[in-house]
Amino acid sequence: MKKFKSVVSLAIATCMVFGLCACGSSNETTETSDNTETAATEEGTSAEAEETEEAAVTSDLKVGFIFLHDENSTYDLNFINAAKEACEAAGVEYVTKTNIPEGQECYEAACELADAGCDIVFADSFGHEDYMIEAAKEFPEVQFCHATGTKAHTEGLDNYHNAFATIYEGRYLAGIAAGMKLNEMIEAGEITEDQAKIGYVGAYTYAEVISGYTSFFLGARSVCPSATMEVTFTGSWYDETAEKEGANKLIENGCVLISQHADSMGAPTACEKAGVPDVSYNGSTVDACPNTFIVSSRIDWAPYFSYIIDCVTNGEAIATDWVGTLETGSVVLTDLGSAAAEGTAEAIAEAEEAMKAGTLHVFDVTTFTVDGAQLDSYMADVDTDADYTADTEVITDGYFAESNEEFRSAPYFDVQIDGISLLDEAY
Amino acid sequence: MSFHVSKRSDITTSKAWIIRIIAIVAALVVCGIVTTICTGDNPISIFTTIFQGAFGSQRKTFITLQYVAILLIISLALTPAFKMQFWNIGGEGQVLMGGLASAACMITLADKVPNAVVIILMIISSILAGAIWGLIPALFKALWNTNETLSTLMMNYIATQLVAYFVIVWEVPKGSGKIGIINQDSNVGWLINVAGNKYLLSIIVAVVITIGMFIYLKYTKHGYEISVVGESQNTARYVGINVEKVIIRTMILSGAICGIAGLLLVGGVNHTITTTISDGQGFTGVMVSWLAKFNPITMIFTSLLIIFMDRGASEISTAFELNQSFADILTGIILFFIIGCEFFIRYQISFVKANGKEEA
Repeated sequence: MKKFKSVVSLAIATCMVFGLCACGSSNETTETSDNTETAATEEGTSAEAEETEEAAVTSDLKVGFIFLHDENSTYDLNFINAAKEACEAAGVEYVTKTNIPEGQECYEAACELADAGCDIVFADSFGHEDYMIEAAKEFPEVQFCHATGTKAHTEGLDNYHNAFATIYEGRYLAGIAAGMKLNEMIEAGEITEDQAKIGYVGAYTYAEVISGYTSFFLGARSVCPSATMEVTFTGSWYDETAEKEGANKLIENGCVLISQHADSMGAPTACEKAGVPDVSYNGSTVDACPNTFIVSSRIDWAPYFSYIIDCVTNGEAIATDWVGTLETGSVVLTDLGSAAAEGTAEAIAEAEEAMKAGTLHVFDVTTFTVDGAQLDSYMADVDTDADYTADTEVITDGYFAESNEEFRSAPYFDVQIDGISLLDEAY
Repeated sequence: MSFHVSKRSDITTSKAWIIRIIAIVAALVVCGIVTTICTGDNPISIFTTIFQGAFGSQRKTFITLQYVAILLIISLALTPAFKMQFWNIGGEGQVLMGGLASAACMITLADKVPNAVVIILMIISSILAGAIWGLIPALFKALWNTNETLSTLMMNYIATQLVAYFVIVWEVPKGSGKIGIINQDSNVGWLINVAGNKYLLSIIVAVVITIGMFIYLKYTKHGYEISVVGESQNTARYVGINVEKVIIRTMILSGAICGIAGLLLVGGVNHTITTTISDGQGFTGVMVSWLAKFNPITMIFTSLLIIFMDRGASEISTAFELNQSFADILTGIILFFIIGCEFFIRYQISFVKANGKEEA
């Protein structure tokens, strides 16, 4: 009987633990752009109640945001900050729903936002796309905008739009900072030229990640010709432990500089602990990693949010595929960290000017080879389908035209170039 | 003065429910106090917000009911196994396997056979897949008396990894690690919307299974055999019940119903498959089933309570602009009280004065 009791308590303990985990749920926040604290306290009982607060805002437009995680994810924090900034600048009311998984919950969240009177609904995660499309079909009068998605140009819906930015340009600039750091280490005699190996923690073998690490690598190699790179994949967009382990594995493999395309603090903190310089993503990690942070590139989504708010206010159509650039202010670098090498800022500024002038292309086919040969023609899978059909010639004027508005906003560069070795391709 | 704890010999149903209601009220009071301290807001408005979150609009009400339906189906699936003291904590894996089988039919058969055939095959294969996932640990238990708590738990991980593997096989676009909505344009393999309402199907299935399970456990020979095996395997053997057969049969049933939950999640609700599609409900279902003392009708209320609190608590975070963790704290407080009150239902505390005279 004693044994029975201990089994029961084990079972109950197990179910309590898992039950509590399972109770993780989403939350929603309504905010108005103007400071209406007194009004908010009086009627802060429900999200819907705040609809009556229109006197406080300068426009009767309402924007709803759906985020995959909350502010603890660097990826989502970047969107959340931009949403606040753009909506406050435009004086529109906005509602945010955080921790919305990439499933039917996204459709329901989008519908609830539309029910609550939102004129624009935005979702930030790749896996939200199909559910946003479902909601867009149901609410033709509401504009649905989705970051990183690939289907707007083939779906044919007037009220469903994709957006992305030429973040590969930002990655390239961050790569220059990495290359400068490698050069500094070589000059200081810390490493030899052959040891200039970069490690990269990626999420999936997905075009957005491939495009990211390749542009980063090309940036680094443009200033440090002997640079090579190793890439590992975690199989998750947000897995702090896996990202930390991935970074540690790369450091053990002899990588002397780390960068990442995954959304947690895993890789940066592993670098700080190991004293290995790190180029971050989505925002500065200088607070957590004061000694090893070099620079971070990120997409500033505020210009896009301002754009869609203006479009709806003026009754104009939102672009099916919107691509933010250095010019629109969508692609930005953070301030340099103390780990950055001397002269980095100047080198980055020079490359940035060349990109804006159109004289420098990140994926210039003369700067890289594939299986030892130059890439003169490449058919990319721009129109998403289950068979991954390569459908569009994307090499124009001697460079790979990544995130071209005529094709689609989301990246489609999925070429494995020479000089980069993938440690695992399971994901 | 000291006190000692003794097992209650019997307790009336009404008295047990009074204890439970006191526990819920106490939980709400503590939640109110915690929230008031954190937010400085009126507790009454907090409880209004909880209700708003679950039933604030027609859509919210239907979503809540659909969540209740899925959780209820999974809890009902686990119940016959628990009733015979077979600790099936593998609901998660059985649901996933059912879902995986449905997704496999939707993806691989989409252009090859008519929609009706796809749906029939989805139903058959998901029930089979769930049943097989329940059968394996049952066989081990029946043949070699292995510990089913561990084996069912381990089967969850196998199922999760199988799903993870097939997600990579079927991912769209390449490398993205997600399948997305399956057959979004053709809707092949999408379960029908009853009366044009996309939430109703799960609710109807849940009602049917609840009634069926109630009758099965209470009025059939199988149900009686399950109770006897649960009370004592030796007694069951003595009266001529084939215990091994009952274990295997019951676990097939348990797994099959989990398979149906997987079918509904994939074919009816999400139209995709992910490793997290059952969202821990295979474990939450354990709690629902236990709280209801394995009574299918009571389970309607326990699953409603858990979903209601879950959706309500997240609405509190909403309206009061708190992090999601705060909702989890409130849900934790409530579950603590509800589970804790079972102690007072099973045991009574007597205060003993030094002279040995007992007081209430």
